[in-house]
Amino acid sequence: MGLFDRHAGLLEAYRDVRTTGYDPFQIRMERVLSPTEAIINGRKTLLVGTNNYFGLTFDSSCMEAAIEAIRAEGTGTTGSRIANGSYNEHVALEQEIAEFYGKKHCMVFTTGYQANLGIISTLAGEGDQLLIDADSHASIYDACKMTQAEVVRFKHNDPSSLEARLRRLGDRPGNRVVVLEGIYSMLGDTAPLREFVDVCKKYNAYVLIDEAHSLGALGETGRGLCESTGVIDDCHFIVGTFSKTLGAIGGYCVSDDPDFDILRVTVRSYMFTASLPPSIVASVRQALKVVKARPELRKQLWDNVATLYDGLAAQGFKLGPEHGPVVGVHLPDRMVAIGFWRAMLDAGIYVNVAVPPATPNGVSLLRCSVCAVHTPEQLQHMVEVMTGIGRQLGVIDDRTRRVVGGAR
Amino acid sequence: MIVENDGIADTLELRRGSTLARGEVMGEICHHLSPFQVGEKPIAGDTVIAKDLTIDSLAIMDMVMELEDRFDVSIPMNVVAEIHTVDQLADTILKLHARR
Ligand SMILES: Cc1ncc(COP(=O)(O)O)c(C=O)c1O
Repeated sequence: MGLFDRHAGLLEAYRDVRTTGYDPFQIRMERVLSPTEAIINGRKTLLVGTNNYFGLTFDSSCMEAAIEAIRAEGTGTTGSRIANGSYNEHVALEQEIAEFYGKKHCMVFTTGYQANLGIISTLAGEGDQLLIDADSHASIYDACKMTQAEVVRFKHNDPSSLEARLRRLGDRPGNRVVVLEGIYSMLGDTAPLREFVDVCKKYNAYVLIDEAHSLGALGETGRGLCESTGVIDDCHFIVGTFSKTLGAIGGYCVSDDPDFDILRVTVRSYMFTASLPPSIVASVRQALKVVKARPELRKQLWDNVATLYDGLAAQGFKLGPEHGPVVGVHLPDRMVAIGFWRAMLDAGIYVNVAVPPATPNGVSLLRCSVCAVHTPEQLQHMVEVMTGIGRQLGVIDDRTRRVVGGAR
Repeated sequence: MIVENDGIADTLELRRGSTLARGEVMGEICHHLSPFQVGEKPIAGDTVIAKDLTIDSLAIMDMVMELEDRFDVSIPMNVVAEIHTVDQLADTILKLHARR
């Protein structure tokens, strides 16, 4: 068997995808113009698939902070956090994030992927049990491949399914660690966190929640689902990323556990990779200030979510179960999804396309992510374009417009 | 006498040793796998799940979750990774069930 033979199935699926002419996995942004626009294939394109929820990638205060940091401290740290790569600013950023959550400790990682990979695989060790939601992000699944703990999946967003698995463990020794996400990245649905926390309390399990897509978007001060559901104190570990709402790159984990800092010398994805460059640390610190100082961005984001979600729902599109900064549009199969995606790109709108095996339950999706600085006109235009394509492809009904309860 | 509801299962079933019949487990597995059958070849004990059928790895894990709840056992992911045939899956479920 040749090295690449095991990928034969994937190659075939990938070939299907490319028959449409564009390869969705090799789209090139020829020039990024703003958080919401770029030149793709030589044409100005509206971006609705970037995770840039507050549009901070071009925030002038964040950009200035980054530029100043480069002038002061250079382009990179060239070393890991446990060697020459811990600057005052890394430590200050950790303190600021810890304070933001009202937790005692914070560790900053070079990416959110590495935060999940390292924290989850290290927290739960030999003899422990790791319980993960079936729709968990790849970084969580990869942590499960690395851990010595026993791993069991429970049904997506189903506290009773988690409870059954905790109950079956009975009085077996070992720590139980339950891994959840605030907003799930494909369909944009939120976890029933309070119910999950109740179950975890009942069985004495630790809760780790990844707020990658909910930082900024949820909670009165933008701390995520743990804040909007009032359970920050019950979440033992909160993980997040700088690569979405904060407009840069990096990851973090906060906790109140008094021994948390031991992870700095045990988590390999923290120890054996270079730390974030000064410019990133500076822009993230500034972005966090912006998130705190400008709650109106959150409101703008949710207003935009309503425009897109309700607009598409009113035309009969099948969407993820609830309003959220990620709007997942269900399509019947992979080829329709790719064709739809391509037609949108031809019409000057970029979204993400998500097809099996990267999606839960084998669904095919257009994954749209909304930005606080989209204008209502941009999003209304998008609804019109999608409606036209949807009718052409027979995805939505041509004549009768379904009216969805209470929408606009 | 398998009860699907977990709360009830506690009282009715966890009491030691209501033995589970192999035929019942095989029947349930085949029921879950039948949509992925290739041609006329029947699903049997020596069917290699990931190779002889059209089921992908994610769907296998989802099926395992259904079987877990049906028979009130948990099969850790690293154990699932070692299971190749229908027989091995049935044996794992029976073993875990007997151990409860
Ligand atoms: C739920 C979730 N967790 C973690 C990550 C990883 O984030 P990062 O881009 O910082 O590696 C992502 C992003 O893809 C995500 O969607």
